[in-house]
Amino acid sequence: MATDTRVILICSGKGGVGKTTLTANLGISLARQGLSTAVLDADFGLRNLDLLLGLENRIVYTAQEVLEEECRLDQALVKHKQESNLSLLPAGNPRMLDWLKPEDMKRIVDMLKEQFKYVLIDCPAGVEDGFKNAMAAAREAIVVTNPEVSAVRDADRVIGLLNTNSIKPVQLVLNRVRPKMMANQEMLSIDDVTDILALPLLGLVLEDEQVIVSTNRGEPLTLNSVNSPAAKCYLNIAKRLQGEDIPLINPLEESSGFGAKFRRLMQTKIF
Amino acid sequence: MTLRDIINKLLRRQPASASTARERLQLVLAHDRSDLSTELLDQMRREILEVVARYVEIDMDEGAVSLETEDRMTALVANLPIKRTLNGQIKLIETPDKSEESSQGTEVTNQDA
Repeated sequence: MATDTRVILICSGKGGVGKTTLTANLGISLARQGLSTAVLDADFGLRNLDLLLGLENRIVYTAQEVLEEECRLDQALVKHKQESNLSLLPAGNPRMLDWLKPEDMKRIVDMLKEQFKYVLIDCPAGVEDGFKNAMAAAREAIVVTNPEVSAVRDADRVIGLLNTNSIKPVQLVLNRVRPKMMANQEMLSIDDVTDILALPLLGLVLEDEQVIVSTNRGEPLTLNSVNSPAAKCYLNIAKRLQGEDIPLINPLEESSGFGAKFRRLMQTKIF
Repeated sequence: MTLRDIINKLLRRQPASASTARERLQLVLAHDRSDLSTELLDQMRREILEVVARYVEIDMDEGAVSLETEDRMTALVANLPIKRTLNGQIKLIETPDKSEESSQGTEVTNQDA
């Protein structure tokens, strides 16, 4: 039995910023480090974590049957085909939302804590009941955002709610970073976002077309395409979660050659 | 200001959009975080001035009450220039060597909810 389980909420406020992709890739990365990890899909309305992990055809029971005591927890857990250290607890039917309470989420997570070292909760978008239920069971949180005004604003709302519920530490992942646009100052910089949200940066993830390819296949990047730019970022985030001191990549140095040098020169602060 | 900003200014081009994004965000977040509408803020300002005016004579037009946000801490800052105390004995504003005391700042700090 793991007594020091880390229960981490992965949330964003805004939808479509990359919560589920981060949950899937972080789950695979942690499992690859030999850590028993459970990913819990708390998005009962619009579940997708099963699809990103390629496990959609192997679901028999869900969190719903576990809560209604129609099956045992291990009957509902879906073990990943290639990474046996990773298990998914699928979200139940959307009708669950009518009766689900924060206590129910706590019960499920308490069960998971007995078997796993890490429990990652994939949170639904929004700041309503779905988010509040998911938050009730978590101890720490990762806020995912994009360098865009709407995503940062929504992240700020979520951070306020996490603070009032004494969830800590709360760390930031800046997703879908486009080095070229940042260099041209046509995208909020990393400092802009961390200053505004006042959170420690756990990592940034570069924009990467391979993310779409990997979701098409149901194979997270960190599983088979470890050399793609985004996969490296996810792996670094997993290592930092484990306390390893991995330096952040500088997106401005990601592109090389004359063009990049010129863009860096243009960013020089004069006053 | 960066080299690019200066060149943009010289060429009368629109500034790069990141700085616009930053400024718009800072403004909208100050309001999101305080959860106070401009009407409520104005009402609070008037009531604070009324209370203070019971003790000292203040310049009703000069008093400023505002919200300032830094590092997720929102502070209510009131700057109320005092004309004189009500019993009229001490006219702070007319005492040359004590002129710095003529304006007194009150600061209430609250953890952002």
